[in-house]
Amino acid sequence: MSADLVTGDEPTTSIERATLAPFAPPGFLAAALLIARKDMVVELRTRTALLAALALSLLSIVIFNFAWDPTAVAAIDLAPGLLWVIFTFSGLLGLHRAFGIEQADRAMDVLLGAPIPRGAIYTGKALGNLLFVLLVQAVSIPAALIVYNLEIARIILPLSGIALMAAIGLVAVGTLFGAMTTSTRASELLLPVLALPFFVPIVMAAAQATTRLMSGRPAIEAVGWLKLLAAYDLVFAVACALAYGVIADE
Amino acid sequence: MPLVEAAALTRAFGPRKAVDRVDLAIESGECLALFGPNGAGKTTLLRLLAGLLRPSSGEARVGGVALPGGASARATVGLISHQTMLYPALTALENVLFAARLHGVPDARAAAMAALERVSIADRADTPVRALSRGMQQRVTVARALVHQPRVLLLDEPFTGLDDAGSTTLAATLTDLAEEGAALLLVTHDVREGLALATQVAVMRRGTIVLREPRLASGEPEAFVQRYRALVAS
Repeated sequence: MSADLVTGDEPTTSIERATLAPFAPPGFLAAALLIARKDMVVELRTRTALLAALALSLLSIVIFNFAWDPTAVAAIDLAPGLLWVIFTFSGLLGLHRAFGIEQADRAMDVLLGAPIPRGAIYTGKALGNLLFVLLVQAVSIPAALIVYNLEIARIILPLSGIALMAAIGLVAVGTLFGAMTTSTRASELLLPVLALPFFVPIVMAAAQATTRLMSGRPAIEAVGWLKLLAAYDLVFAVACALAYGVIADE
Repeated sequence: MPLVEAAALTRAFGPRKAVDRVDLAIESGECLALFGPNGAGKTTLLRLLAGLLRPSSGEARVGGVALPGGASARATVGLISHQTMLYPALTALENVLFAARLHGVPDARAAAMAALERVSIADRADTPVRALSRGMQQRVTVARALVHQPRVLLLDEPFTGLDDAGSTTLAATLTDLAEEGAALLLVTHDVREGLALATQVAVMRRGTIVLREPRLASGEPEAFVQRYRALVAS
């Protein structure tokens, strides 16, 4: 019998399980939620990355507002690209922190030593990161729409949908690279260098879909970009969860 | 069947072999004290046996299940390292509770409190770990490692930071666990502490085990220290 491709676990008989482990470990999703919840509690208590990301995001929105001449370039032309650049960089702060909190006192060993699939660790970290990015977006999107004087009521819901799809892609890739770089000496530099090229398709698709939404173009024009986002999310979420199992043991 | 087994276990980091073809077996109820100078490969060996590292070659098994893949093998291992492996922002109880839930311990809160009581730190259960002294943090670490009732305990300098009372409590706990049938692998630089608990003694040097003998054959600590120094110097 060979090891499970998804979990990396060797098959064990029920007799072995009963003899070795006195308790039934949590399932994949339960373990992932447990890790995500713990990460959010730690983040809300320390608030280091969340406050930094929010400050970066809001300050960037304000600074960009004064950096261009609104009589020369309309806010509606500049805002989509700006928004996604801001989300990308503020999100990186959270992605870096996710595995950083495990490194300080080697708490990562508690996760790796637990009888849970490696993929559940990745998924838990990714869920925590997703919540982090969504929190930043939940504050930044309304702020940007107000500062750039854009039509909030019409676009807020569809824009939230685009934001969610893009956030999944950013987090899927960013969480894996965060895991790979966290124990390196230059992790704060390495993470953006490795992850940003992979973020290009997401930023491009999200910005294009947002442009069409803000300029009031027919929804059908954005469908192609949304399909690209969905495909990216699916492929990278699965691929990164599988890849994490390999890098976790190295 | 030994609870812990290593067969030609090797782990290389680049060209350097931190653990080199180590063969090892620890039976239920045994406590193997592993001594060795810094860089001998003791911590890497423990990490391999805990399923935290993939061997470059050879095999590590716990209860007959190969690591690091076997989740049921990881479930039965408790690891205490010289690092606390705790989250400073969480309380002592939250840290132990988190570990209990990761292992699927039923009534995790009661189990976590019982583990904290076992190491006499239950009165600080609601204190954030960052506000505890190093010795108190180490007690929480021990509680975290014991909460899922492991049958194999891997201990890397477990007495770090503990005061006399803490060391005595931990030594008594480890003795109880061995008597209950757990297999213990204890890495320490303190020869007296190691010999006091050990039923087997081993010395590691440059990634390989150069001595393995029953504790009774090691004689008095002073005599063993002389042999140990000669072994690691050669």
